[in-house]
Amino acid sequence: MTAAPAKPARKSRFDMPAILAWGIVVLVVIGLFSPVFKPDISVMEVPRLAIAASILAIAGVRYELGFMRNWFGDLALGVITAIAATFLLGTIAHHAGEAGLGYWALVAATWASAWLFVERLASWKSATPLFNRLINLAIPALFGITILVLWQAVVTGFAIPKVLLPAPSEIWLRLTSSGSILWADFRQTFMKAVLFGYAAGCASGFLIAILVDRIPFLRRGLLPIGNLVSALPIVGVAPIMVMWFGFDWPSKAAVVIIMTFFPMLVNTVSGLAASDAMQRDLMRTYAAGYWQTLFKLRLPMAMPFIFNALKINSTLALIGAIVAEFFGTPIVGMGFRISTEVGRMNVDMVWAEIAVAALAGSVFYGVVALIERAVTFWHPSIRG
Amino acid sequence: MNQAATAAADASAKPVIDIEKLSLTFQTNDGPVHALSEIELKIEEGDFVSFIGPSGCGKTTLLRVIADLEQPTAGSISVNGLTPHEARLKRAYGYVFQAAALYPWRTIAGNIALPLEIMGLSKAEQQQRIARNMELVNLAGFEKKFPWQLSGGMQQRASIARALSVEPDLLLMDEPFGALDEIVRDHLNEQLLQLWAKTNKTVVFVTHSIPEAVFLSTKIVVLCPRPGRIYDVIESDLPRDRTLDVRETPEFLKIAHRVREGLRAGHSYDD
Repeated sequence: MTAAPAKPARKSRFDMPAILAWGIVVLVVIGLFSPVFKPDISVMEVPRLAIAASILAIAGVRYELGFMRNWFGDLALGVITAIAATFLLGTIAHHAGEAGLGYWALVAATWASAWLFVERLASWKSATPLFNRLINLAIPALFGITILVLWQAVVTGFAIPKVLLPAPSEIWLRLTSSGSILWADFRQTFMKAVLFGYAAGCASGFLIAILVDRIPFLRRGLLPIGNLVSALPIVGVAPIMVMWFGFDWPSKAAVVIIMTFFPMLVNTVSGLAASDAMQRDLMRTYAAGYWQTLFKLRLPMAMPFIFNALKINSTLALIGAIVAEFFGTPIVGMGFRISTEVGRMNVDMVWAEIAVAALAGSVFYGVVALIERAVTFWHPSIRG
Repeated sequence: MNQAATAAADASAKPVIDIEKLSLTFQTNDGPVHALSEIELKIEEGDFVSFIGPSGCGKTTLLRVIADLEQPTAGSISVNGLTPHEARLKRAYGYVFQAAALYPWRTIAGNIALPLEIMGLSKAEQQQRIARNMELVNLAGFEKKFPWQLSGGMQQRASIARALSVEPDLLLMDEPFGALDEIVRDHLNEQLLQLWAKTNKTVVFVTHSIPEAVFLSTKIVVLCPRPGRIYDVIESDLPRDRTLDVRETPEFLKIAHRVREGLRAGHSYDD
């Protein structure tokens, strides 16, 4: 919640929950007494929406009036917010582009009450860590859902053309109805080009880093070349890779390798230098050899750096593979689909691909971050 | 027993450490720095020798030369009758640093196992040595803890156990208790003396604390800076089995006084 103010002392000058609560009341009153849909449809003609809005106002302001100031009241606020949002979206679907002042007031009221609910949720204290974890997951989830609902409400309320911005419901429809195409694209781009390129790029960056560290003259020779490779514009390299490695996924994997190689090289080289003099002297007093020092001291010490590169590369790899497909590909792949469906004005398909890419990228990053937590549990940034 | 120890046993009259006319000059951007100059020192088996002096006097450098972590520029030095380089490769000494330098990704037992793994000992032998040395420094029961879960004093004890697990006859300690508070330091000093009595090792100990040096040592080497050199060597006549009470006796105070005089005299010219 970026806009939520931190709660300083007991009595702050700026009491956000109170402002939100009274704001909901004002907005609901406006909503009840002005036309919701053009030309002149009042909310009273949609009784369930009117009732939901009224309950919303009461649930929102109950804290300020001093009743049900407990978790049950908070939960009731959450539930009625969800119900009001459902009714709003359900009604506007039949009146696309006819939204009036009342509609926007009710949308704003629902948004404010969602915000208020998250504020309340954030103030919940619990002794059990599991419960706190759930709250910590619920807050960003609610935030995301709020954005989707607002998106839907605005797009249908203004009847924004699908080509400019499709509503989430349309994207969802496309996601569910085109599952097989999306899956084929995902397999082509992610499971072949991204995963192979990522593994090969990271592994080669790592091995070259060990070599560079072992042989000092390579540090001066290879590092600048690595730097040069990383500076190559992907838009320029991709067509050349297509000429070298053909239309299918290996040329995309090659682009991914070029993109992921350098972050891994640089991070591993600095990671290998991360052990301090005393730790290295210690290994010397044990008469440890190069490889023993490498495996027992320097590589564990370099792990936080290596995982940094693995995390950066997890997103770079996906970007690289998708963009590379713009420059020639068989008729399958996420980048191919995006570029062709845009040309056919099927923007909902483009957004569906974007959603799949975002989800895949997040999960990929999350998995790497989880492994990092397990491997570098000892690092101050993780052990807390 | 390793070869170095056998060699030392054959010539029992020979000192464990024999330093003759040893000098070390660092070349820096501001010109040469004479860290050590014309050092002459013999350390016998079973001695507890302290190097004391103001910072910059070369006491740590001298210890690092013995450990083959620095190379002298002139003179000769032998450890167990070998060059320091050979002695290091034969793992003739255990070295305790100013900080515990435990690896945070290894448990305490894992840290003590580190030199044993490098030496290629069997798992069973490793377990035996870990248990024995953790017992020796009163850390039994903390095997599965990570270093960052332990206090500074316990970490330093673990690092002593790690140095002992190599089972060297020579223990080199570089201000091991410098970062600890006085109460913990007193306690560890007493434990160190007991350990020394139990194991009969030769100990070379660097410190800048006069009471610590006098309390622990059979021989105190006072160094002074610019160039780093030996100013005085004091043979202590205190009994070998001492307790902290010995610090109140006139004999103790007499030695401490002589050390202080030495430090002051060696330092006076640049005031």
